[in-house]
Amino acid sequence: MICNKKGRHFMQGNIAVGEAAIISGARFFAGYPITPSSEIAEHASLNLPIAGGTFIQMEDEIGSLAAVIGASMAGVKAYTATSGPGLSLMNENIGLACMVEAPCVIVSVQRAGPSTGLATKPAQGDFYQFRYGTHGDHMIIALSPASVQECFDLTIKAFNFSERFRCPVFLALDAIIAKMYETVDIPGSDEIEILNRKIASTSDKDYLPYKPDENGVPLFVPFGSSLITRANSSGHGIDGYPCADDKNHDRLVRRLIDKIDRYKEEIALFKEFNISDVEILIISYGCSTRPALAAMKKARKKGIKAGVLQLQTLWPFPEAIVKSAVSQAKLILVPELSLGQLKSEITKYCPKKTVIGINKLGGTTIQPDDILAFLSKEIEL
Amino acid sequence: MKYSGKKYVKEELLPFFWCSGCGNGIIFAALIRAMEENNLEKKDIVAVTGIGCWGKADDYLKTHAFHGTHGRAIAVATGIKLANPLLHIFALVGDGDGATIGGNHLIHAARRNIDIITIMSNNLNYGMTGGQYSGTTPFDSITSTSRRGHAEDAFDISNLVKSAGAGYVARCTIDNPRMIQRFISKAIKKERGFRFIEVINICPTYFGRYNKFNNAVEMIKDIKERTVNIKDIEREGQEDLDGKIVVGEYIDKKVEGFLERYWGKIRNNA
Repeated sequence: MICNKKGRHFMQGNIAVGEAAIISGARFFAGYPITPSSEIAEHASLNLPIAGGTFIQMEDEIGSLAAVIGASMAGVKAYTATSGPGLSLMNENIGLACMVEAPCVIVSVQRAGPSTGLATKPAQGDFYQFRYGTHGDHMIIALSPASVQECFDLTIKAFNFSERFRCPVFLALDAIIAKMYETVDIPGSDEIEILNRKIASTSDKDYLPYKPDENGVPLFVPFGSSLITRANSSGHGIDGYPCADDKNHDRLVRRLIDKIDRYKEEIALFKEFNISDVEILIISYGCSTRPALAAMKKARKKGIKAGVLQLQTLWPFPEAIVKSAVSQAKLILVPELSLGQLKSEITKYCPKKTVIGINKLGGTTIQPDDILAFLSKEIEL
Repeated sequence: MKYSGKKYVKEELLPFFWCSGCGNGIIFAALIRAMEENNLEKKDIVAVTGIGCWGKADDYLKTHAFHGTHGRAIAVATGIKLANPLLHIFALVGDGDGATIGGNHLIHAARRNIDIITIMSNNLNYGMTGGQYSGTTPFDSITSTSRRGHAEDAFDISNLVKSAGAGYVARCTIDNPRMIQRFISKAIKKERGFRFIEVINICPTYFGRYNKFNNAVEMIKDIKERTVNIKDIEREGQEDLDGKIVVGEYIDKKVEGFLERYWGKIRNNA
C-alpha cells in the first residue's frame, strides 16, 4: 500500500482515508470489520505499525470506540471506521466522546439499511443518525466527501476539527465513494496543515480538566502527565469530579454545543457550481454530487439555468450557505439515496421554496437522467 | 509497613457514599495500600471505571481517572494502555459492569492479555439501581427482578477469566483485606498480561435484605463460613464445593502480554 508518499496515486476512497489519517498524525485505530469500510481497518493494520502506531480489532463496535476514546485521552490521535449497523452500536460512546471531550474521527461508510439491509449497496440513510444517534443534547461535526481526492482532503480536515474542538468528527462516506478508485494528489507534508489539540503547560498548577478557554474548549492534559487529569462521562464540574447541580449541567451541555456552534460558519465546507444565475438549484452531498453535476451540464446545454450546491459539511448544518444559495432559485432539487433526510433539513431553512426530493432506495445509484426527468417536468410546468 | 494513603486519596471527599456495611471501602483501602506498597506515582496511574457502586471508586482518587459508560471500562482501559504502555491501569468494575453488560470486553481482554489490572467488586447484584440480578447472582436468590426466585445460574467469573487466557486470576473476599492487598500487589509486580482480581463483596442494602440476612455482620459471617482456600483443596483433595467460595490464585503464569507481542514482534517486523 501507499503510505504517505507525496505525488499522484490511483487509489480507493477507503485507502485515501487511511493515508490521510496517518498523515494527520493518527497513531491508534480500533475497529470491527464491516462492509463496506473494512479496507480502512486493513490499511491501518498494515501501516500503523510502521508509523509507530497501534492497531487493534476489538470484539465489537462498542469496544472499538471506547478504546479509541481511551487512546485519545492518553494523548494519541485515534480513529475508527464502520458502517450503519456498527455506527448504531457506537452511539453509546459517541455521547461519551462528546461528554469527556475526546478528539476522535469516526469514519462511517453508509450502506442500505435499516438493520443489516443491503450490506454491499450504497445509501445515504444515516444523515440524521450522525447528528442525533446518541441521546441527550449534544453537537458533533460531520463531513462528507464526493470523490477520492475529497476522501483524503476531508479526512485531514476531520482530524483538525476534532483536535481543535475536542469532539467526535464523522467522516460520512457512502459505499460508492468509499469503494471507488480515482486519482489522488497527495501533497508534501509541509503543504498540509495539521492541527493538534492545545495542551496545558505542566507548570500550570491551577490546571482544571474542564475549565474552558476563550473558545469554550478546555486545555488538554494526557494521562501520564505530571498534571493530573480526569475524564468524566457523568455530569461534572470544571475539576472533572461529579456534579449533579442543575445550573452546572445546564452550563456544561450548552458549552459542549456552543464550542462548535459558534464556529459553524468556519466549519461549513461546500462547493458551488453555476450558482450566480441559478434558477434551478440541485443540493447534493457524497455520491449524489456527480449525477447532480452531470444533470446540471445537460440542463445548461438546453439553456436551463441549473446549478449545484455540494455540501461537504453536513453537521452542524450549514444553514447560512443553504439560505444564501437558495435565495434566487425558483426550484430546489435534492437527490439522495434515502427518502428525503437532507431534503427535510433544507426545507426547515427555506419553508417558502419549492423543494423536491429525488429519492432512491434499493442500493442503486442516482442517474443524471433521474434528476433531468424531474427538472424537465418542472420546467414544462 | 505503615500506610497513610495520602498520596492517592482525595480525603476531602470522604466519607464514601457507599452504604453502611458495604465492602467497597475495604477493597478501596486494599487497593490504596497495594499502590503505596509498590510506591506507584499517581501520575503513572489511571483508574478506569464504568457505572455502578464500585464505579464511583475513582471519585476518591487523586490519580488520573476515566469515568465512562456502563460496562466499557475494560475497553477504554485497553485504548489508554496501548496509547501509553508506561501507565498502570486499574479497571475497577462491578459484577454488573464487568461480568454482565461488559462481559464480552472482559473475556476478550483476558484472551488478548491486555496489560491491565482489573479489580471486580462482586456483590452478586446491581446495587446502584436497586438490587436487580446480575450475571453472578446465584441460582434461586431473591433480587428486585427475581422476586419469586432466580431461574439462572451464576458465572464462576474467576474460572471464566482463567479459561479465557488471563495470566493472573485470583479470588478473595472482603473478609480478608490482607489477601486482597496481597493479590493486587502481586498483580502490580507482574506488570504484564491481563491480571484479574475478583473480590467477593456484600450488599446488605439489597441482596442482604432480599435474602433474609439481618445485617452486614451476618453476611460476612456467611462468607467466612463458606470460604475455602484453593491451597487446602489442592492439599487435601476435592471436597464438595457446592455453595463454597474458593479463594486463592486460580492462575499465575508467565505471559508475554499484548504489548510485548505488538511492540516487540509486530512493530519490529513491520
